[in-house]
Amino acid sequence: MSAEVQIKCRNIWKIFGDNPKRFMKRHKGAPTPEALKEAGYIGAVQDVSFDVHAGEILIIMGLSGSGKSTLIRCITRLNDPTAGEMEYEGRDLLKVSERELIDIRRHKMGMVFQSFGLLPNRDVLENVAFPLEVQGMDKAERVQRAKDMIELVGLQGRESYFPRELSGGQQQRVGIARSLAVEPDIWFLDEPFSALDPLIRAEMQDEFMRLQQKLKKTIVFITHDFEEATKLADRIGIMKDGRMVQLDTPEQIVLNPADDYVAEFARNAPRERIVSVGTIMKPIDPSAEGTVLVSEKIGSVAQQVLTASRPMGVVDETGQIIGSVTREDVATTIFSRDAA
Amino acid sequence: MTEATASTFQSESSQGVKMPSYWGVVFGIALLALIFHYISPGVLPDRWWPEWEIPAEEWLTTRIEWLKSEATIFGIAFKDITRAIGEGLKAPVKWAEYVLYRGHANMSWIWLTVILASAVTYFSTLRNGLIAAVLFLTPILLALFLGDAAPESITSLPKMLSDGLKGIGAKALYGPIPWVAIAAGVILLGHWIGGWRLALLCAVTMLYLAVFNVWKDTMRTMTIVVVAVPMAAFVGVVLGIWVTRSKIAARIITPIFDLMQAVPHMAYLAPVAALFALGPVTALIATVVFAMPPMARCTILGLQTVPEEIVESGKMSGCTRRQSLWKVALPSGKRTLMLGVNQVVMQTFAMVVIASIAGAQGLGHKLLYSLQQLKLGTAIELGIAISVVAIVLDRLTQGYANKETDHFAVAKTWVQRHKHMLIFLVILVLSYIAAIWFRDVTIPPSKLTYTGAEGKVTLFDPKVLARWMDGGIREFNKNAFDYINPIRDWVTLNFLIPVRNFFLWMPWPVFVFVVGAAAWRYGGLSVLLLCLALMASFIVTGFWVETMKTTYLVLIATLLCVIIGVPLGIWAARSERVANILMPICDTLQTFPSFIYLIPAIMLFRVGDFANVFAIIPYATVPAIRYTYLGLKRIPEVTVEAAIANGTTKRQRLWKVELPIAIPEIMLGLNQTIMMALAMTAITALIGSTDLGQEVVRSISTQNFGRGILAGFFIAALGIIADRIIGSWADERKKQLGIG
Ligand SMILES: Nc1ncnc2c1ncn2[C@@H]1O[C@H](COP(=O)(O)OP(=O)(O)OP(=O)(O)O)[C@@H](O)[C@H]1O
Ligand SMILES: [Mg+2]
Repeated sequence: MSAEVQIKCRNIWKIFGDNPKRFMKRHKGAPTPEALKEAGYIGAVQDVSFDVHAGEILIIMGLSGSGKSTLIRCITRLNDPTAGEMEYEGRDLLKVSERELIDIRRHKMGMVFQSFGLLPNRDVLENVAFPLEVQGMDKAERVQRAKDMIELVGLQGRESYFPRELSGGQQQRVGIARSLAVEPDIWFLDEPFSALDPLIRAEMQDEFMRLQQKLKKTIVFITHDFEEATKLADRIGIMKDGRMVQLDTPEQIVLNPADDYVAEFARNAPRERIVSVGTIMKPIDPSAEGTVLVSEKIGSVAQQVLTASRPMGVVDETGQIIGSVTREDVATTIFSRDAA
Repeated sequence: MTEATASTFQSESSQGVKMPSYWGVVFGIALLALIFHYISPGVLPDRWWPEWEIPAEEWLTTRIEWLKSEATIFGIAFKDITRAIGEGLKAPVKWAEYVLYRGHANMSWIWLTVILASAVTYFSTLRNGLIAAVLFLTPILLALFLGDAAPESITSLPKMLSDGLKGIGAKALYGPIPWVAIAAGVILLGHWIGGWRLALLCAVTMLYLAVFNVWKDTMRTMTIVVVAVPMAAFVGVVLGIWVTRSKIAARIITPIFDLMQAVPHMAYLAPVAALFALGPVTALIATVVFAMPPMARCTILGLQTVPEEIVESGKMSGCTRRQSLWKVALPSGKRTLMLGVNQVVMQTFAMVVIASIAGAQGLGHKLLYSLQQLKLGTAIELGIAISVVAIVLDRLTQGYANKETDHFAVAKTWVQRHKHMLIFLVILVLSYIAAIWFRDVTIPPSKLTYTGAEGKVTLFDPKVLARWMDGGIREFNKNAFDYINPIRDWVTLNFLIPVRNFFLWMPWPVFVFVVGAAAWRYGGLSVLLLCLALMASFIVTGFWVETMKTTYLVLIATLLCVIIGVPLGIWAARSERVANILMPICDTLQTFPSFIYLIPAIMLFRVGDFANVFAIIPYATVPAIRYTYLGLKRIPEVTVEAAIANGTTKRQRLWKVELPIAIPEIMLGLNQTIMMALAMTAITALIGSTDLGQEVVRSISTQNFGRGILAGFFIAALGIIADRIIGSWADERKKQLGIG
């Protein structure tokens, strides 16, 4: 993962109510949850700071109403944050002009919506070509481009269908194709698969993985589904009541949850598929026999380690021994809820 | 709810033994006052004191005079502005007339332009086609704008063409579009929108219009419709967009629309007629003003109900504000917008028919004339024409609103996709050619004839049929009047006249007191003040008598509508079968312009209050039926099932469970019924009445517009009073039931 910061958010607040700005000022920019409640304001996003790194998949999770959608709607400026700072590639997102914002949306950002947001009066092709059309791309070119996108999401042959003639999964494919048509640098997905039934959801997740492997975009992805998150994420941010309680790699979330709320999320996660050998590695043990790779997930080496009579050595990519791993460590990580 | 109303509420529920109820007190006081007035008349005032009367009428009349003669805006005389508007609007009306039924020497030139421009478009681009069209139209445009100053060598080109055509005997080529082509166009449109069924309906209608010799009058009516609809739709959309974009606009425009909704058709004519001379332009402007609010409302609704995600996905696609509106919001709200167009068309049509009293030619004018002459046969023929045209207009626009394009269209060839258009073009060309030899292709003949071996034989003559119907009706009346007249006279003498006399006898403070009490009880201070101001407006300006006559008519009609409508609504809610029959009838009844309800009333009862009430009922009962039905249908299933589980009988359920829950909805229906009854009383004025409506009608013929404007306003005032009181009552009730 490169460490280049693509989006930088500092102390973002989004408060809904009659006069949020005045309310913020009265509380010196940091109202307590109690103060919010008393005044009848909703603190949808409260003092959230984080970076999105270029090329990473950042997944945001949290219970319903915890402010996930509001947060990414702040970043995309569909909502204007009440307070805070945001930068996109070094540009102050809150100070850009209307024109620049439109430009950023036209070329840099793509977004997929939970309930698709397709235009009912346009067929698949016209929907996908829509962002290109508003940019003023000429017809032949945008049709060609839209056709490519439609093929990418596997909807070829349905170009002239209208949204109402498509299944939910197909509609979301259109939504995905549309958001990709402009070749955005950063891609926002707000619960893209939660309106779909489980089978189609699994299929769409695989599809999404396939696309991402091809496209390698920076992604901010909202989901309710922790398994989905661990499958896809480089990092996971967990939100509660408008605050970002933990933002970390899936491993750290599983192994070192910041609080009970986070632990609850991670409870049923398939740890063996999340935690890697390096995380539970001990210092070099001279008595170790055999070796496993440091980046390997525990699940794939468990059998080896558990059946060995002695601890096993851990090697890095160059084959150098850098530590050891014991049977007990593997067993507790897999089976115990509060391991590590 | 205010504190006072809250406390009376408690007294009502605390078993009212010690404390008399609010209404007990109010009616008690009113009754005492009436008894007192009976015993010693003259103490309580039954009219406003003449010396205190506000001369609003004179004031308005002088204002109008001033506007028409002296007023200036930014140094431009007001009368010049109105004249310019009038002239500006005359042109499109004239051209619609030429195209639809009159024909004009320039028509052939226009067609030539269309053909050439289409050719250019086909071989080149649409833009070049448009440029070509403008170029070709230069002679006509020059003549239009420069008048005599235009170079004759150019402006006479169209005339040379038409003279040339005349020379070869092809005069028809500069006539109007042949009726055969218009009829075919409508039928094809029907087929395109609604398949064979709608095409058949259109065909029958077109045939009727042709055979019954009302084609020309229909086209006269349609000239104003075709000009007014785009104007009203455009203004409505613009205003609607403005309201959704600007808070200030919303605050200014919304209450104006609310007011406009309470103003009956008729009342729009007086102020417009005051500023513009009587004639088609006045009818056009009044029509546009009247028909515009529904379009604005639908636009607002359409824009506000576009799902948030669609708007946002548009934004994320990088739409500018303008693109958001034109490419996302408006197309997504298309259906609602098209329903707005449907309403505009229907309102326009209804208004044009009524505007006959302000100089609109056509069906309404003829109908009014034949009603006044008691030529009932002709009236029936015209009434049917108006009704079927209304139905066709309604079905076409509604069908179009609901029409969905499908993806299979792409698989078809260009010819397949445009077959309706192509067939129409072919028929258009053929009918023009045929019109060169057969006059009847252009305008339908006044009667159907057949020229055979033994000379000309008349197969069908609508005039003869009308005369025959007249005779039949007269015969029927002669016999039936023996039965009808006594009933009519008995009811009039023993019921209508006494109620009317009571309203006229009643001192106005009593009326004000009772209405004010209701306003205060349900709406609180603001509604009370509004109602007092509105009542004061007609009392202090000397319109008390006319207003009470209207009030009495509307009250009686409303009462009858409720007595008829509510049980019908209940019946429909109970039985699917009844609903399936009744609801389409209601739909159809609402499609007809109110004017035609006069025909049966006059036929059976001639003129008078009885006939007026009779004309109001079919028109104004519809909301009573519909809202009762909807109110009952909307009751949650569980509520009814719980009542069944509690062992209630069907009747107990109706009275104790269903009606109390549905009552707020039913009251809203009552509200609508009152509005429609008010609007209809103004229409009944056309056949003779002595109330506010009559003042409006008379003011137009006597040019005493101040009086007409006031009378129209007072009809609206009555509507607003009823609306505010009943509306607040229903709101309160809904809140209590927890269904607001
Ligand atoms: N436009 C708005 N006006 C007022 N309150 C809002 C608005 N939008 C969101 N909220 C409130 O902000 C809070 C956070 O909402 P948000 O939609 O961001 O939650 P979420 O985490 O996306 O939930 P879900 O998983 O259900 O989508 C909620 O309490 C919501 O009610
Ligand atoms: Mg959400």
